[in-house]
Parts: sequence; C-alpha cells; structure tokens
Amino acid sequence: MQILGHFNYWIFIVLMMCGFYMVIASDNLIKKLVGLSIFQTSVFILYISMGKIIGGTAPIVIDKAAVYSNPLPHVLILTAIVVGVATTSLGLALVVRIQEAYGTIEADEILAQDRDDSP
Amino acid sequence: MAVAAIRLRDLFAVVMLFGIYSFVSASLFVVLDAVDVAFTEASVGAGVSTVFMLGALALTASKEKPKSARKTLLPLLAVTVTGLALVYGTWDIPAYGDPANPIHHHLVQRFIEDSPEEIGIPNIVTSVLASYRGYDTLGETTVVFTAAIGVLLLIGGARRPPSGQDDAR
Repeated sequence: MQILGHFNYWIFIVLMMCGFYMVIASDNLIKKLVGLSIFQTSVFILYISMGKIIGGTAPIVIDKAAVYSNPLPHVLILTAIVVGVATTSLGLALVVRIQEAYGTIEADEILAQDRDDSP
Repeated sequence: MAVAAIRLRDLFAVVMLFGIYSFVSASLFVVLDAVDVAFTEASVGAGVSTVFMLGALALTASKEKPKSARKTLLPLLAVTVTGLALVYGTWDIPAYGDPANPIHHHLVQRFIEDSPEEIGIPNIVTSVLASYRGYDTLGETTVVFTAAIGVLLLIGGARRPPSGQDDAR
C-alpha cells in the first residue's frame, strides 16, 4: 500500500523528466517549447493528484454530507494552464522571429552564426 | 506519448502527439475529480496551443536536423540523476488520496461549508476563482493581455518591409 500510494508521484516524475530531457537535449527551438509544455503538464498532474481524496467527488456542492476533493489546487492549476498557454505563444512568436532573422530554428546553428558575426 | 515525442524528428508529428498527450491528461484530470481543470486543459491546452504550434510550424521549418549521439549522453545523465533525487524525495510525501493528508485540513473545510451561502454558486472552484481570488484572476488576464501584445509586437509588424527600403526604390 505504501508503494502504490506514491505511484502518482512517480508518473509525475517520469513525465517531468521527459520534458526536462526534451528541453536540454534537443537543439530545435519548437521541440524545446513542446518539452517545456510537457514539463508544465506534469506539474499540473502533481497538484491535481494531491487534491484527490479516494471516494470523493468533484467539488460542486449538492449535498453537505458528501466528501469532496480539494478544490484549491484546481483553482490554482486553472490559472496556471492559461498563463502557460500565454507564455508558450509568446515563445512561439519569438521562434518565428528567430526564423526570420537567422533562417534556422536550431540552437547550435544560431550560436554558430553569432560566433561568426562577432569578431 | 512523451517518449515518442522525444524520439521523433518530424516536428509536425511531435506537435500532434503533444495535442493527444494534452487530451489524455485532460481525461486524467476528470478521473482525479478536477472537472473544471479538464475543461480548460482540453480546450486551451489541447486546442489552442496545438493550433499556435502548428501556426509556428507553418512559418518555420518542419523537420529537425539529426544530431550526434555524443551530445545526448550528458543530458540523459543529468535527467536520470534529477529523476532519482525526486523519487527519493517522494518517500516523505503523504500517500495518494488519503483524507488525512495535511492539504485537506486548513482552508478547504471553510470553503466547502460556507461558499455556497456566501457566493450563491454550488461550484466551489468557480466561486474561489471569481470571488475569493478575484484579484489573482485579474492578474491572470493581465498576463494573457501582455502576452498578446508581445506576440503582436514580435510578429505582427514584421509582415511589411521596413520603411527605409520603400524610400530607396
């Protein structure tokens, strides 16, 4: 029981590490942004799973006696999803500008072009 | 799903897989009783951000350049070490779904008992979001507004050529 009780955290860690790996290992900027979004979603899963009570129901009050899952993480994550999409779209706009300026969206090629330009 | 997204080089497939992944996580939120979050994730996470990413792909390249195996080794090591440290950290976290967890003991009881009378809406998530935490939601809309302005400034004005070029012709 103790082992199974932490299974949700392990799912979260595996997803988070997938996103983290995508961010640091791929040179493609769009893939980096997808990795960042996966990282984000894994944090959402962590928060929502903390608010869950086994045998509880969605926090819409019908009957005072019922057990409700914790609504506070839900509110927090609702805000976080919207802000996350806002930052992702800003990042994608930056990627489009980089493509126009450099002609590529691979981070190493951009760095190489910068190094050639600077001396 | 996420692992496949790492392996793929075709960016179109990566973005599509991300949309599916978003949708699967939305259904996971329904299972975890977070219906409002699931709505938002399915519409905003799976819908809008996939459309944005496809739009960005249309304006840039759609294939990733292959890279050497040597460069993947160090990130893989860093990720494994961080993941193991996090798994070690989970031993002190209370177990999943237990009503005795500390998170269920402080503010929540008051919201569940009083918010239907105080606000008049049975959905606690809505009443907390729009009333108790109204200022925070105002800040959230400010963030979205700022991001929209940023996107428009970055790519909205770039479509027409600079004015100096027009004069030279």
